[in-house]
Amino acid sequence: MLSAYIPIAMFVAVATGFAIFTIVFSNLLHPHKYNKVKLEPYECGIEPATDARDRYSIRYYLVAMLFVIFDVETVFMFPWAVIFNKLALFGLIEMMVFIFILVVGYYYAWQKGALEWV
Amino acid sequence: MPAGISTSDFYYILPELVLTAGALVVLIADVLLPKDRRAALSWVTLIALGATLASLAPFASTRVEIAHGLIAVDRFALFFKILFLVAAAITVLMSVRYLEVEGASPGEYYFLILCATLGMMIMAGGIDLVTIFIGLETMAVSFYILAGFIKPSQRSNEAAVKYFLLGAFSLGILLYGMSLMYGLSGTTNLRVMATRFAGQEQNPLLVLAVILVVAGVGFKIAAVPFHMWAPDVYEGAPTPITAFLSVGSKAASFAMLLRIFVEGLPAMSGDWRLLFYVLSIVTMTVGNFAAVTQSNLKRMLAYSSIAHAGYVLIGVVAGTARGVTATLIYLLVYSFMQLGAFAVIVLLRREDVVGDELKDFSGLHVRNPFAAFAMLLFMLSLGGIPPTAGFMGKFWLFSSAIDAGYYWLAVIGVLNSAVSLYYYVRVVVFMYLKKETIGSEPKATPALAVTLAIAVAATLILGVYPRLLFEVAEASARTLGMVPITTALR
Repeated sequence: MLSAYIPIAMFVAVATGFAIFTIVFSNLLHPHKYNKVKLEPYECGIEPATDARDRYSIRYYLVAMLFVIFDVETVFMFPWAVIFNKLALFGLIEMMVFIFILVVGYYYAWQKGALEWV
Repeated sequence: MPAGISTSDFYYILPELVLTAGALVVLIADVLLPKDRRAALSWVTLIALGATLASLAPFASTRVEIAHGLIAVDRFALFFKILFLVAAAITVLMSVRYLEVEGASPGEYYFLILCATLGMMIMAGGIDLVTIFIGLETMAVSFYILAGFIKPSQRSNEAAVKYFLLGAFSLGILLYGMSLMYGLSGTTNLRVMATRFAGQEQNPLLVLAVILVVAGVGFKIAAVPFHMWAPDVYEGAPTPITAFLSVGSKAASFAMLLRIFVEGLPAMSGDWRLLFYVLSIVTMTVGNFAAVTQSNLKRMLAYSSIAHAGYVLIGVVAGTARGVTATLIYLLVYSFMQLGAFAVIVLLRREDVVGDELKDFSGLHVRNPFAAFAMLLFMLSLGGIPPTAGFMGKFWLFSSAIDAGYYWLAVIGVLNSAVSLYYYVRVVVFMYLKKETIGSEPKATPALAVTLAIAVAATLILGVYPRLLFEVAEASARTLGMVPITTALR
């Protein structure tokens, strides 16, 4: 029964070997010429203005999370809208239930002061 | 209505719908109730759990697949759902006082407990990899937050971060295994998968899938070598959450394990039996020997719960109807004794004492005889001494192993039980033989007294009169597709 595991061992060996080979080989081949621009972090092509290690308000996370929640809600609505004719009343009720649950969460976050920017 | 979904589907998930509605009510009640009336939230939560339990009644002997085979409503799921709801209710009962002492506002706490319970119920009913995974995520995410609920406590924060990072990583491994299972069979439905894999020659990729899923599930049930998170998380998390985590999450993961392997991969039973055989022995032994050296009771119970996962795996290895029955019985029995032991720790938590160190138990029988007696009973039951429920549970587990021909597994299990007695009895020694006491009088609130009474009654009754539980568990186990006994490991 153990012989069944040999292909897995080979798979692991090949995967690891490929990763190591790629890193080592590209390090050997590529030109080692560095300058200021090359060593700068790449930020979508825009020149970095300040140091990246800076303090910023933890509220950004809250806003980001709230954004993601309501963004994902929209993602669910698009496919629903496309086949709305087929789903008919059933689909409408289902979507209402879905939105209702989200609104409860929204109401909760609102009441807890998550939308206030201190 | 679209094809494949019918109104009756909604009827069959009625308990889950009731629980969801209850959770939403708790969430809204939290912001609507004035600050000094927040204690009522625990009542709302208990009512929600009770209503869900009542709504399970029509499905006592149902056996159907609904929504294109996403969810099964059968007695196996029912057994686990009742276990989860009872465990959640007991957790809520012991939480009230704990939150007061810690000075934490209940807030999302009860809502998250209900969400975790909902996730567990979906895991137990899921016969499709997607459903099972969604249930697992619902449960896991709730527990990540709950583990860190005592925000000023550094240990609680540490527990949450550790659990989250390791949990997310292990879910990734589990998901990789599941994706391979899907890729090889072309379906996510476990029962269809079983028929597709039947009679196929051995596929190394499928073996890899089995290994990955075993690793992912092994993390959730805290089996060695995937147990490293358990002691730290159990110690740091709020005590009621530790109790719920070690009981509910573990039972739900075992339900998932049985569904995936017994229902979905009977064709690979030689492989996963071998893996669980090894895991079971290692888990029992490491868990028990590590528990011996602990002086913090929450940590000790964490290692003990690791060891108990090892015992329960014996029933999975046996894989027979008897083995699965023993697994179900043990999970239920273990729930009561484990929840009870944690309830005593909650009782010892006072304004001036943390109450989870072994020395905090010294002289308890003088100051609170009932709590000391209850703890004595739970410790003996965890150690497997008759006439407690723990003895009956172990008896069935070991006899199912002997029945299926795994003699050594039973022998190692018995030897491990002997080792475990050392650290369980040590607690009893501290409670009954040591005289010096610490801090103020440990008094039980009505809710805690009820919790202890339920756990004591269950531990005694199931130990003295186990027949009813056996019949219920056996009927539940029979609804799971059974693996034929192979001779692979005889």
